Amino acid sequence: MRGDQGLLRARDVSSMRRAVWDQFHAFLRTREASIVIVAVVLVIYFEVTNSNFLTNANLQTLSQTIAAWTIIACGETMLLICGEIDLSVGQVFALAPFIMYFAHDAGIPLVLALLLALAASGVIGLINGTITVRLGVPSFVTTLGMFYLINGLTLTISHGSPVETPGSPEFAAVMGAEGYAEIAWAIAIVIVMHIVLRHTRWGLHTVATGGNLLGASEAGINTNRIKTGNFVLTSVLGGFTGILEAFRIGSTDPLAGGSNIMFLAVAAAVIGGTALAGGAGTIVGGFVGAIVLGVLRDGFTLEGINAFTFDLIIGAGILVTMLSNIHLGRLRQLGGRS
Amino acid sequence: MSGHPEALRAENIVKRFGQVTALEGVSISMRQGEILGILGDNGAGKSTLMKIITGFQPPTSGRLIIGGQEVALRSVDHARELGIECVYQDLALVGGLSIYHNLFLNREITYKGPFRLLNNEAMRQAAIERLGEIGVNIPSVDLEVERLSGGQRQAIAVARAVGGASRILLLDEPLAAMGAREAGAIIDLILRLKQRGDLAIAMIMHNYAQTLDIADRIILMQRGRITYEKESAATSVQELMDIVRREYRAMRAA
Ligand SMILES: Nc1ncnc2c1ncn2[C@@H]1O[C@H](COP(=O)(O)OP(=O)(O)OP(=O)(O)O)[C@@H](O)[C@H]1O
Ligand SMILES: [Mg+2]
Repeated sequence: MRGDQGLLRARDVSSMRRAVWDQFHAFLRTREASIVIVAVVLVIYFEVTNSNFLTNANLQTLSQTIAAWTIIACGETMLLICGEIDLSVGQVFALAPFIMYFAHDAGIPLVLALLLALAASGVIGLINGTITVRLGVPSFVTTLGMFYLINGLTLTISHGSPVETPGSPEFAAVMGAEGYAEIAWAIAIVIVMHIVLRHTRWGLHTVATGGNLLGASEAGINTNRIKTGNFVLTSVLGGFTGILEAFRIGSTDPLAGGSNIMFLAVAAAVIGGTALAGGAGTIVGGFVGAIVLGVLRDGFTLEGINAFTFDLIIGAGILVTMLSNIHLGRLRQLGGRS
Repeated sequence: MSGHPEALRAENIVKRFGQVTALEGVSISMRQGEILGILGDNGAGKSTLMKIITGFQPPTSGRLIIGGQEVALRSVDHARELGIECVYQDLALVGGLSIYHNLFLNREITYKGPFRLLNNEAMRQAAIERLGEIGVNIPSVDLEVERLSGGQRQAIAVARAVGGASRILLLDEPLAAMGAREAGAIIDLILRLKQRGDLAIAMIMHNYAQTLDIADRIILMQRGRITYEKESAATSVQELMDIVRREYRAMRAA
């Protein structure tokens, strides 16, 4: 009898353990799992090794860095999912606040000037998209050309020197200057874009376009429109991020943005589980990816590791997370099949 | 059979892709309550003809008369509005999406309201119902299509095409990857749809015996032309094989 009970109890424990294990596996099978674990581990590590990490001042700085990458990553995620990429978005980031500045300078009210800058950013996206889908030029090439073109344009109209960002302190505060304003914008955009990707026809058709281009168009989806729309979206988000940063810093710098911020946004998206080949990805993953990159950079800066070493470690970090992502992706597939 | 009203007529359809002429003046007629079997060599232009009728590709020249009226199809959606549904040879499924999203691809059920958010629950339920109705056995409609076997995928593509209130149904090799049992189920379904009486069906097939069994009328396509057309009852596998063989010999001799 006694032996039986012991056996029963052992069975209970093992079935419970099994349930927990199953849950853990279910979590691992979600696209964001690996990267969430990495983020948590990193935060714990830096908190333990550095007392300045979880302070208000540092969190504020950290949130601002993450915010900018996150917003751009939202656009790049949509583009990557439908099988394209935008290399020029970091230059739109630099150009947009100048358009706002000059429009305001010409007597247009600031809010309108801001909207005008966003519209101009959208037009750049429209050009990127139109060249890519109508002329069949790979977006890598289209947007590489656009990268230099816009950079030249920004440097020309700004004469290469920074200007003071216009506007009242209150307006600037809302638009990013206040400590957590920028991350608040970023989170709002993440929520909206998550809903767009997961709960609208636009999002579904974006996945379908990247997953099976010919099939999607045979099903009647206007894949050119989907792609072009996502180019416009990415450009507008890039321009908006540039404007937020201009308000936060108080000056508008023609050398801001560029390739660095674009690559970090793409890295955030890819680390977050978005497939470079298209057809799969999540907005939340890109957000967590940006958090990981931000925490890494901020943590290393606090530890006094210099910029060269930082790039080395970030590079290795990106490779490792991407590899683990691919590995976990395989695990997901195996898990789903059995 | 000719007593049935005509659902669709294509007249002198020509289709060129640059140097390649896929269709050199093809005319077909589809009637309500009738199954048209389309046979022919690889590269004969069968799929191209179908893609023109579904509005996926515009013809280089020629006329389409649908329900008695001449139309120039603008898009797949336009053709669908006119009741034209199809199963493409490549199935047009998205591997990374769930079965129910694939079943409703580009005609998703959405909530009312300004944002028209996807009503996934309604699509899931409708998908379960529809697959049940036509007897497709699949563990869960939440599965991603890439996890399915070739035959299961084909069943999903067929289920998608027969779901709507279609009047013209085009099937491009619907049995290609199917086992005998599954093929039987799909054939049953197609014959049941035919019983409805108001649906015109065209099937592109490669198996002569199977085609003669199911179809009321067959046409044979070779190198962009229709070379033979007859009521199924009036021909045989042997006759069809003879035609194709004669053609082949003539081509080799030339
Ligand atoms: N988009 C396209 N661009 C160029 N050529 C094409 C295109 N689509 C089809 N073709 C050509 O048109 C011809 C007919 O092709 P189609 O796919 O209609 O043949 P099919 O009868 O369906 O053959 P199969 O039995 O192999 O499916 C082929 O020579 C093919 O190469
Ligand atoms: Mg074909």
